[in-house]
Amino acid sequence: MATGQDIPPDMEPVYQYPESLTSRFTHYCPGCTHGVIHRLIAEVIDELGIRERTVGVAPVGCAVLAYDYFNLDFCEAAHGRAPAMATGIKRVSPDTVVFTYQGDGDLAAIGTAEIIHAANRGELITTIFVNNAIYGMTGGQMAPTTLPGQVTTSSPGGRDVRMAGWPIKMAELIGVLPGAAYVTRQAVLDVPGIRRAKQAIRLAFRVQLAGLGFSMVEILSTCNTNWGLSPLEALEWAKAHMVPYYPLGDTKVADAVRALMEQA
Amino acid sequence: MARELWEGNMAIAEAAVRAGLEAFFGYPITPQTEILEYLSRRLPELGRVFLQAESEVASINMVYGAACAGARVMTSSSSPGISLMQEGFSYIACSEVPAVVVNLMRGGPGLGNVAPSQGDYFQAVKMAGHGDFHPIVLAPGSIQEAIDLTILAFDLADRYRTLAMIVADGSLGQMMEPAEMPPMRPVRPPGERPPWALTGARGRLPNVITSLYLAEEDLEQVNLRLQAKLRRIAANEVRWKEYATDDAELLIVAFGTVGRICQTVVREARAKGLKAGLLRPVTLWPFPSTRIAELAARVRGMLVVEMNAGQMLEDVRLAVEARCPVRFYGRLGGMIPLPDEILPQLEAMDAEV
Repeated sequence: MATGQDIPPDMEPVYQYPESLTSRFTHYCPGCTHGVIHRLIAEVIDELGIRERTVGVAPVGCAVLAYDYFNLDFCEAAHGRAPAMATGIKRVSPDTVVFTYQGDGDLAAIGTAEIIHAANRGELITTIFVNNAIYGMTGGQMAPTTLPGQVTTSSPGGRDVRMAGWPIKMAELIGVLPGAAYVTRQAVLDVPGIRRAKQAIRLAFRVQLAGLGFSMVEILSTCNTNWGLSPLEALEWAKAHMVPYYPLGDTKVADAVRALMEQA
Repeated sequence: MARELWEGNMAIAEAAVRAGLEAFFGYPITPQTEILEYLSRRLPELGRVFLQAESEVASINMVYGAACAGARVMTSSSSPGISLMQEGFSYIACSEVPAVVVNLMRGGPGLGNVAPSQGDYFQAVKMAGHGDFHPIVLAPGSIQEAIDLTILAFDLADRYRTLAMIVADGSLGQMMEPAEMPPMRPVRPPGERPPWALTGARGRLPNVITSLYLAEEDLEQVNLRLQAKLRRIAANEVRWKEYATDDAELLIVAFGTVGRICQTVVREARAKGLKAGLLRPVTLWPFPSTRIAELAARVRGMLVVEMNAGQMLEDVRLAVEARCPVRFYGRLGGMIPLPDEILPQLEAMDAEV
């Protein structure tokens, strides 16, 4: 378990593992942004001092083993059911902080009913939604968020919207629900974006702690392996193609959340 | 405690409350919606959790989550809704968390109808979800027994960290009988959740609850552990009831409401001079195979009666191992077999075996 390295007495640590992360090597592909997002969540949990009362719910998808990487109580949901599982945990243990970590297939395809109803009930849970426009774990199939014309192993001619429909904008869809207090879309494609994403994750957890309602941070991410690009090219591709379709920024900030933002 | 008139569905719901139920998650479906309606009032007034979910899929996954948090939790449904929950049953079984599920069976397959049926025997006993597991399956034959088995279901689920399922046909949920409710047990305080529960890693290493074991060797070990637990349950938790079996030459085997109808058949057969007896399995899994095998060695024949096309029949035949003839009589589609249909079956068997 992980708390960093031995530090000589005359030196001061300036960067180390967050306590909420383990030091296990992840199985994520080199260049994948899941690791960045894991770290942001762990830093926020540490900074809010809630590690010992947080429970995470892992998805089915690339992050299926997230519980190996977080130094937190964790469970592994069936595909798409993380918001229902999180609901069960939170309702019987209201003092715990509960978050789900879900990908686009998990949240925007098979688990659409669960996420919409959890948000609509205003469940006091936080969802981190990682959107990389493809099914990573199963080897690069079309996702509900795959862009029009995007080539995947199950849309070899590019996504044909006449046959496969349009990519779903989940932050916008969830943002209209009265139970959702804070919904935002961020991206971890460059350093300023990573910093803004961390601020958003922090606010999302604070919304839960303040009991204001459901909170979700959609994070545009990359899948260089299945996109067939180098890590750097993938970052540029996401900026050039994903950001125009999935505009960054808040889709829902309830009045009470705005007041919370001003306090910080 | 006094005997009171209870409707089956409400009796099950109140028994769960008395057993220390902390949370219920469910979705309406006939003929068991009264359980959900009753608890929607009862649980909040006790400061406990009630939530009507968006589907049976969500219900069972809420149950799974609450069970992982170490709470006493249950859901209820009827056949089509139970089919939707099977995903969750399998995860719960592999994760070894305790949960209780009630199935008031209705006519199938498909949307079927809302009349009483026992058509989900195979589903409950043989294949409650993907992978190798069995829930503990309890089949009450009266409202008093439904109350007692609801309490037992929670205790067994906790003791073995497993799924316990109560299966009854829809008629049991809708009818009223005098029954005695046990006293209220205290709810386990949130501070006393089991050590494996997900409560936040305070002063200990994190707890992880998963059903994912990617290495074959690991998953085989998990399965061997589950199988060992199932063997312990099979050795310790078989339950059944017998009526007039001491000198019986013809044995009826029937469960739930049909088992009760067959008590009347045994009485009427005895009045006609037939030495009939009845064995009513109370646990469908584990099944009272050993006792049925013992009786098979000394009766002339067995008649299995069910509200399905012959499902428990297969388990009876496996237990009997051809020691005696086994006949079957069943009604389908929500039709209830009545004594004046069953008795001629018994008389025919008497003449032939």
